[in-house]
Amino acid sequence: MSDIKITKDEAVFYLKQMMQIRQFEDKIMDLLGQNVAEGGSHLYAGEEAIAVGAMAAIKKDDLITSTHRGHGHCVAKGGELPVLMAEILGKQTGCCKGKGGSLHLADVSTGNLGANGVVGGGFGIAAGAGLTLKMKKTGQVVLCFFGDGAINQGIFHESANMAGKWKLPVVYICENNMYGMSVSVERASAVTDLGKRAAAYDIPSETVDGMDVLAVREAVDKWVDYSRGGKGPSMVVCNTYRYYGHSRSDPRAYRTREEEKEWRDRDCIKVFGRKCVDNKILTQKQVDGIEKEVAGEIEAAVKFAVDSPYPAPEELFEDLYS
Amino acid sequence: MKTITYWKAINEALDEMMEKDPSVFVMGEDVAIYGGAYGVTRGLYEKYGEERIRDTAISEAAIVGAGIGSAMTGMRPVVEIMYVDFMGIAMDQLNNQAAKVRYMFGGKTTVPLVIRTEGGAGRTLGAHHSQSLESWFIHIPGIKVVMPSTPYDAKGLLKESILDNNPVVYIEHKMLYGTKGEVPEEDYTIPLGKADVKRKGKDITIVAYSRSLLRSLDAAKELEKEGIDVEVVDPRTLLPLDIGTISDSVKKTHRVLVVSEDCKTGGTGAEIGMQIMENCFDYLDAPVVRLAGADVPMPKSPVLEKLAIPDKDDIIKKVKEILG
Ligand SMILES: Cc1ncc(C[n+]2csc(CCOP(=O)(O)OP(=O)(O)O)c2C)c(N)n1
Ligand SMILES: [Mg+2]
Repeated sequence: MSDIKITKDEAVFYLKQMMQIRQFEDKIMDLLGQNVAEGGSHLYAGEEAIAVGAMAAIKKDDLITSTHRGHGHCVAKGGELPVLMAEILGKQTGCCKGKGGSLHLADVSTGNLGANGVVGGGFGIAAGAGLTLKMKKTGQVVLCFFGDGAINQGIFHESANMAGKWKLPVVYICENNMYGMSVSVERASAVTDLGKRAAAYDIPSETVDGMDVLAVREAVDKWVDYSRGGKGPSMVVCNTYRYYGHSRSDPRAYRTREEEKEWRDRDCIKVFGRKCVDNKILTQKQVDGIEKEVAGEIEAAVKFAVDSPYPAPEELFEDLYS
Repeated sequence: MKTITYWKAINEALDEMMEKDPSVFVMGEDVAIYGGAYGVTRGLYEKYGEERIRDTAISEAAIVGAGIGSAMTGMRPVVEIMYVDFMGIAMDQLNNQAAKVRYMFGGKTTVPLVIRTEGGAGRTLGAHHSQSLESWFIHIPGIKVVMPSTPYDAKGLLKESILDNNPVVYIEHKMLYGTKGEVPEEDYTIPLGKADVKRKGKDITIVAYSRSLLRSLDAAKELEKEGIDVEVVDPRTLLPLDIGTISDSVKKTHRVLVVSEDCKTGGTGAEIGMQIMENCFDYLDAPVVRLAGADVPMPKSPVLEKLAIPDKDDIIKKVKEILG
C-alpha cells in the first residue's frame, strides 16, 4: 500500500474532476457514434491526472494555454459541464457561442487562453501572457500545455528561448502520451528525453508519472513556485497515454493492444480511488457515490446541450471585431 | 475507363509516379503507417517502405523547407501538409524560398516540389481545419496552384504537377475524397493551366472549382428543368489561370457567376472576375457576379458553417437574379 497524505476534501475534488473528464469524454465518443456530435474530437481520456493535478497546483487567477486535446483542461480550470457540452455540439449556449467547438473549446472567463486547432499554437500566446504578467508584476503564472508532438514545432524553440531569456513566469506542461497522432516519439524526435529540449534554453525540467494526480500536483507545485518567484520558465514532462484513437476512425495500427492494456491497468482514476480507500480517506461506497453523482451531471449536461438552440443566422457575422 | 474515388485517384497518381521515377518520394505527418489523415497514401508505405514514404515530426516549416532543398538538389518530393490551415507555418518557406529561388538566382535552379494539401469546410471542424486559402497562393508569382474537382482531374493533374519543374501547391477538398468518377485505365496527364468546360450551356457561365464545381453542376441540373441552360467552366488550375477558355465561354453566354468557397474579400472570385472584365467586358450583358464564403473565420456550429459557404440553392438563386 502506498501512503498518501491529503485531506478528504482534496481526495473528493480530484477524484470527482477526473471522473467528470472521463465520463465527459466517454459520452462524447457515444455522441459522435450516434451523430449527435459532429466533426472530430480529440479525447483526453487516460490523461485526466495531468489536468487535474496541474490545476490543483495553481491559483484560480493563474492562466493556461490549452491544446487540441483540451476538454480536460477546460473542466479542470473550472469550466461548467453544460456549457462545454453545448459548445461541442455547436450550440448557442456553448462557452464560445457555438463558434469554437471541440477543437477550440475554452471558457476564456476561467483564465483559459484557448484550446488550439493548430498543434503548437499556444506556445507564443503563453510567452506573451507570461510577458504581461511579468511587466505588470501580477505574481500570476501561465501553464502552457502541449503534447510530445508539438515540441517539434519551431515556435516551441523560439518561444522557449524568449521565455528563458526574459525569465517569464511560464510553466511548460508536456503531456507525453508517446505519440503525435500515429508517429511515436521515437520515430519523430531526434531527442526522446523531452526535458532535454528545455535544457537547451537553460529551462529546468522534471519528468513525472502523468497517471498519478498527486505526483503531477507535487511537481507542478514546485515549478510554479520557482517560476512565480521570478526565476524564469520551467517544464514538467508528464508521461501518460491517450486511451482512444486519435480520431474515431483511427485503427491504432501504430501501437499494440498489449501496450494499451498496460496503461489502462494503471488508470489514474482507478489507482487514485483505490489509494484513497486503502488510506481510509474515502470508503469504496463514497468513491462509487462520486462516480454516480458525476454520471448524473453528465446526463444533465448532455440534456442541456441537446435542448439548446443553434446560433441564429445573424450570429455568423457577430464577434469578429470588438 | 474505370470508376474510382477521388482519394484513390490521387493515390494512384502517387503510386504510378513513384514507380516510374525513383527520385519521387513522399513526406509529411502520418503519411506512412497511418496512410494520411484522409487516407490518401494508404498502401504506399507497405509498397515503398519508409525511405520513400517518410513520416515526419509535426514541423510544417521544415517539411516544406526540406522539400525545397531536396527538390533543388535532384529529388522530386511530394510533401503533404495535412490541412491547408497549417500552411501558415510553412508560408515563409513557400513564399520566400520555393517561389523565388529560381528567379532570384537567374534561372539557374529549379524546384520540382509538390505540396499536397487539403482544405475546405463541411466537417464542422471550426476555424483551424476548414479554410480555403487558395487566394494566398495565387498571389505568389513563381508557383502554380491546382485545385481538382473530380477523380479524373485529380489524377491527371497530380501526375503533371509531379512532372512540372516548378513548385506546385495542389489543394484537395476534404468533402471530395469519397466522390467517384471515371478515370482511364491507361497512363494520362492533364496540362496545368488548362480549364475544362464541365457542362455546355448558352444562357450563363458559372466558373467554379473544387467542391463548388460539383455544387454548380447540381445547380445547373436543376436550373435546366426551368429552362435555364448553364455552362460550367472548371479552371482546375488557379495559377496560371486559363482565362482564354473562361473568356470564350463568357463571350458566348454574356453572363457570368464565379463561385468559390474562400472568403469573398480578396478571394479568387475577385481575381477571376477582374480578368473577365479585362478580357471580355464588351461581351457582358450583366455585371460579373461572385458568390463566395463569408468574410469570417469558419464557425464550428453546423448551421453557421452551412451558411458561411455557397451551396446549390445559393447558386440557383444567384443565377436567377442575374438572368432577371
Ligand atoms: C500545425 C498542425 N499540424 C498538424 C496537425 C494535425 N494534428 C492534430 S493533433 C496531432 C498530433 C499532436 O500530437 P501531440 O502534440 O503529441 O498531442 P496529442 O495529440 O498526442 O495529445 C496532429 C499531427 C495540427 N492540428 N496542427
Ligand atoms: Mg502526443
